[in-house]
Amino acid sequence: MDNEKTQTIPTIPAIRTLRHSNIKPIYKRELGAYFNSPIAYIFIGVFLVVGNWLFFQNFFLSNQASMRMYFGILPWIFLFLTPAITMRVWAEEKQSGTEELLLTLPVRDADVVMAKFLASLTFLAISLGLTLSIPISVASLGSMDLGPVIGGYIGAILLGGAYLALGLFISSLTKNQIVAFILGLAACFLVFIIGADFVTNSMPGWLGVIFSFFGISSHFYNIARGVLDSRDVIYYLTFIGFFLWLNVKAVESRNWR
Amino acid sequence: MIRVLGLTKKFNEITAVNEASFEVRDGEVLGFLGPNAAGKTTTMRVITGFLAPTKGTVKVGELDVREDSLKIRKKIGYLPESVPLYDDMKVYEYLKFIAEVRGVSASKIKERIKEMIDVCGLSKVIRQQIGELSKGYRQRVGLGQAMIHDPEILVLDEPTSGLDPNQIVEIRSLIKRLGEKKTVILSTHILSEVQATCSRVVIINEGKIVASGTTEELTKQAEGKERVYVEVKGAGDSFESVVANLSGVNKVSAKGGSASGGNIVNNIASWEIETDSDIRETLFNLAVENGWKILEMRREQASLEDVFRNLTT
Repeated sequence: MDNEKTQTIPTIPAIRTLRHSNIKPIYKRELGAYFNSPIAYIFIGVFLVVGNWLFFQNFFLSNQASMRMYFGILPWIFLFLTPAITMRVWAEEKQSGTEELLLTLPVRDADVVMAKFLASLTFLAISLGLTLSIPISVASLGSMDLGPVIGGYIGAILLGGAYLALGLFISSLTKNQIVAFILGLAACFLVFIIGADFVTNSMPGWLGVIFSFFGISSHFYNIARGVLDSRDVIYYLTFIGFFLWLNVKAVESRNWR
Repeated sequence: MIRVLGLTKKFNEITAVNEASFEVRDGEVLGFLGPNAAGKTTTMRVITGFLAPTKGTVKVGELDVREDSLKIRKKIGYLPESVPLYDDMKVYEYLKFIAEVRGVSASKIKERIKEMIDVCGLSKVIRQQIGELSKGYRQRVGLGQAMIHDPEILVLDEPTSGLDPNQIVEIRSLIKRLGEKKTVILSTHILSEVQATCSRVVIINEGKIVASGTTEELTKQAEGKERVYVEVKGAGDSFESVVANLSGVNKVSAKGGSASGGNIVNNIASWEIETDSDIRETLFNLAVENGWKILEMRREQASLEDVFRNLTT
């Protein structure tokens, strides 16, 4: 991958709303809601066990002090787990009617969407933070190249953020959490699969390039290789921005139904 | 002052509210009355900024919901019909959360929560999870969150639905007390509630405002007709024909026997007589002449219920 000059990322309006004081309590309550239910603990437990098991199963065979394999399977794990994080976020509000109170508080719809996204991202970051035991143990076994590890974690946050934005949007379309989970999983799988190697390789070259650009995984593997290309970062930020925008539109759609 | 100006709200093809206009003056309790699905909730949702109007607008003071929704929301406390609260939160946590989003300053939050505990009677449940509360307590927490920021305006959508009679009386007296200082819009389809709490009434039916005024003004509209209810023993069916011939009597209708569903049991029958003037004296003399025994006789005044039924059916 050739390295482009790092461009300055334009400030998207959503980031400016971070400084808004009244999104902070919503963010706090959303994050708290994860830990108020057993889902958070089940999620973190499954995430750590599955991730560690899949990784260490082959780690000693490969005889390399590297986390490449871990980041290789991470998109697959995310595929199942991020819809589990996002499924209840809007669906539950709609189901129980709390949406009505939330959206009549003096906050803009976009701020609520942002607060919910940031809370889910924080939750994912906490889960990822707990996997730091892996690089620590790997580093103790041999000299490890730190670049790909740092890249891998940055990529994981970006990839996870993209899945979360997509999942949140889907959750805002339905009252049913199960529907939100299954559709979220399907949607994440779709954006994942169109860029996967075994799909793009089977296509004529030019089409493969397009598919791998729109697919979500190729960008992740670039970053996880330790190459932080601004194009990949912009891809994820655009992806996240687009689905958050759709999410705001979906929330506003209460007006036409 | 809240002014609803030519408000129309359509959902696809369905018109939920149609050209509704009315006013709510400062410091009054307005009863928003209508049968189910008349457009009460939709109107309230527009006032509170949950829905945007299709046509027309709502003005709160000089502010317009189309432009200053956020500023208006700050002035309003809202209790939706189903009392949707976050079941996973504790009462205290929840009130604190709402206070923070509502922009109550950090130094005042504790004081405000304390006041809500007193006003709404929440001291017993303050550490409990909302999901475990009874319907009555949920309602009180709902009222607490609506008032936590000391709003000028309270919008309450059927605040007593699903409560037991004691709780209803309690909540009503609370609303009445609140109404002394705040502007309250209260929707309901229970007429006695309006008579007990509201200073003025707006009646909505099929999305249209069909009447508005004080309860006295509205009942006056239905006056002119007077009705006498009478229960007589020993008259049999002849009662109807005799009374119908009296001057000033418009209509005599059977109201059913006193104990069973039939008209005449033990020769006791009850009748409702619509008249132009007070005929009770004539009726009494008539009974004496014919040897009937009047067991009960009362003049029925037009009530809000009559007005409501006339306007909405």
